[in-house]
Amino acid sequence: MKGSLIIVGFFALGVLCGVLNWIPSEWLSGDLSFYALCGLMFSVGLSIGHDPQTVQNFRALNPRLMLLPVGTILGTLSATLLISLVLPHRTIPECMAVGSGFGYYSLSSIFITEYKGAELGTVALLSNIAREILTLLCAPLMVRWFGNLAPISSGGATTMDTTLPIITQTAGQKYVIVSIFHGFVVDFSVPFLVTFFCSI
Amino acid sequence: MFTVIGIMFTGIGIGYLLRRNSLSWIGKVITALIWLLLFLLGIEVGHNEQIIRSLPTLGLEAFLIAIVCVLGSCLAAWALWKHVNRRKEEKA
Repeated sequence: MKGSLIIVGFFALGVLCGVLNWIPSEWLSGDLSFYALCGLMFSVGLSIGHDPQTVQNFRALNPRLMLLPVGTILGTLSATLLISLVLPHRTIPECMAVGSGFGYYSLSSIFITEYKGAELGTVALLSNIAREILTLLCAPLMVRWFGNLAPISSGGATTMDTTLPIITQTAGQKYVIVSIFHGFVVDFSVPFLVTFFCSI
Repeated sequence: MFTVIGIMFTGIGIGYLLRRNSLSWIGKVITALIWLLLFLLGIEVGHNEQIIRSLPTLGLEAFLIAIVCVLGSCLAAWALWKHVNRRKEEKA
């Protein structure tokens, strides 16, 4: 939670600098953000490749529960498909790109800004932060209404880090491996799905 | 556009080759780059008067998308939960 606040703080600080014109706009015309994005993705790749242990732990998992990330992705994408009909000024792929962040607001907003501009990037940032917060707040209700897998699905890409504690509290300790597996797979799908929906 | 994903796979490959070395600093690099990129996004938003003026609408829209995403995933999780439990009962 503290990490999320700092990230939002940097965004807010940037907005303030932009509104008050503290930073010359030449900073933005350069490719700085593109190179930083490349550096970020390289580092994310390094950290995944460096730790094969995580992937090995998944062998202990009930094969049927391996379907959970698929359910999360399909459930989220069908929901964004429906909501795009209510938001006439947004195209279907735009809404689906925002939904494809699955709560991974830093990466999805950066990607969407790069491909679709700052306005949709801001929607992606706020929407995916809201998804994480909703999961943190409503996890107990989700378990009661939709069963033990619901908070994991709702947490999307965050279930291997920020929402893991609340999931183990509400769904139970035995869902830790499912939750980490789910977070890993959904996390990995974010750059692909976001790029895909931004390019159609 | 797919350059970025290619770079990620290069990273995975190099990370795998370096798996015996300690890369404990990588988390800090990731955090710093995320801070930098969101700061830059903030500046771009702040510079753009139109976005600043429509921020409340954008926020509402974002919240709406988040709610339906959560509901959609919960329904999918509920379906899988029913499916998994039914199989268990059949076995018992």
